[in-house]
Amino acid sequence: MPVEKVIFYCFAALMLFAAFMVITSRHPVRAVLFLVLSFISASALWLLLEAEFLAIILVLVYVGAVMVLFLFVVMMLNMNTAPLKEGFSRYLPLGILIGVLFAGQVIWLLLDNQALLPEWRSLQRHAADYNNTEILGRALYSDYLYPFEIAGVILLVAIVAAIALTFRGTKSSRKQNISEQVKVTKADRLRIIKD
Amino acid sequence: MHEMILTTLWTVVKILCVVLPLFGAVAYLTFAERKIIAYMQARLGPNRVGPKGWLQPIADVMKMFFKEVIIPTNANRYLFLLAPIFALAPALAAWAVIPFSATMVIANINAGVLYVLTITSLGVYGIIIAGWASNSKYAFLGALRSSAQIISYEIAMGFALVGVLMAAGSLNLNQIITAQQGGIIHWYWLPLFPLFIVHWISAVAETNRSPFDLAEGESEIVAGFHVEYAGISFGLFFLAEYANMILMAFLAAIFYLGGWLSPFQGIPVLEEFFAFVPGIVWLFIKAGFFIFLYLWFRATFPRYRYDQLMRLGWKVFIPVTIVWLVVLAVAIKLDLGPWFA
Repeated sequence: MPVEKVIFYCFAALMLFAAFMVITSRHPVRAVLFLVLSFISASALWLLLEAEFLAIILVLVYVGAVMVLFLFVVMMLNMNTAPLKEGFSRYLPLGILIGVLFAGQVIWLLLDNQALLPEWRSLQRHAADYNNTEILGRALYSDYLYPFEIAGVILLVAIVAAIALTFRGTKSSRKQNISEQVKVTKADRLRIIKD
Repeated sequence: MHEMILTTLWTVVKILCVVLPLFGAVAYLTFAERKIIAYMQARLGPNRVGPKGWLQPIADVMKMFFKEVIIPTNANRYLFLLAPIFALAPALAAWAVIPFSATMVIANINAGVLYVLTITSLGVYGIIIAGWASNSKYAFLGALRSSAQIISYEIAMGFALVGVLMAAGSLNLNQIITAQQGGIIHWYWLPLFPLFIVHWISAVAETNRSPFDLAEGESEIVAGFHVEYAGISFGLFFLAEYANMILMAFLAAIFYLGGWLSPFQGIPVLEEFFAFVPGIVWLFIKAGFFIFLYLWFRATFPRYRYDQLMRLGWKVFIPVTIVWLVVLAVAIKLDLGPWFA
């Protein structure tokens, strides 16, 4: 078996195991840590496709920032998990049905040879000067410039909307004015009394 | 197959050649720290173990090894023991892409800058998990402080690095260094001066060092996230912190001071005179300067208050970097010499 295959099966198995543990582990902190593990295995699979930019960005954004905030929130909450587990058996058939449907769709697509482009059927090996970052940059900033910019503007609108929804007016908190503090001179604070 | 095993072995040898000297450097960095700060404060520092105290770090390491690892009751046992490993692993893994000379690098990858940024951002897991798993209020407070601080300063640092990669036109660390060729005024500390300052201060904050060492503020929260750790499990946190310090010093030297380039490039007589010095020596001198700055800061500045720290990161550094990125874009577009010509 070639090395790529061994690596692929190792990380794919690790990813499935971690994903399974995310939904079955009893402790929310442990679930978050398993989610981190599944993200890292996914990024290893992307590295196998020579998509190093995407793989590194996945770890940087999701593991390095988003999951840290998740962990932050989950640790602070003293979560009672019992109510969350209620109705597990009631919703199980529906969940299994959706899962099977989704898996069936994916397998059907992969087995249908017409739908797959020839370069998707096996692992592609690129030349040594292949630069995934450069190719992605060219695609985003020349071929798909407008969709990319529009997506950026939509995200900006979402940020503004989120801030506007949670903003409850300026609080009258006692806050320091740092520039005022810096501008203080000796005459403002010190009075020399001569006898 | 035979060839592959040989390549793997060769890589392991290269990794050992980086990691083992790093451990030695960490041991003697603690000694240098104590000595330098002692002299700055008109004391003698450690001077009992060995000639002039030179064996002090060895004695410290031996003590750490033979002390008991205490696990608090109600601590999460596995995570408590895993946390120091989570802290140390990224501090070592980031060294894979550091170029010590034009050819001396373990992995010369295209996305080197991104790799470094990603791996250093993972170090925060060790701190958060340590704080949470110890089941102690002080440790938890330290972990919360530290994670908020690291996430905030990562943004400023990332923006500063955007400036570096705009100027160099590459994410590869070796190409960033060769783009700075041509002597001291060609190095990026000059055209990217505000980014250089922001990057360096963020690096101090990222490594939780004084004056930003709120995560371990001994006067308020005892020792922060590692208050429950003893013996070698504490030693690993210590090792991770100092390995990260050295890493940040090397990165600053690579991004802004021309890495392994000679400072005498382009000066008629001196360039030939110093041509025999290998690039790695220049890199070590430059990184050594930044490591000295860490110790100098610690001996000089009082600790920041938490709100001041957040204000500096979000309201000062991020706007400064964004403004300078615009200035830089104009400079590059106009082919401003001697850097972007």
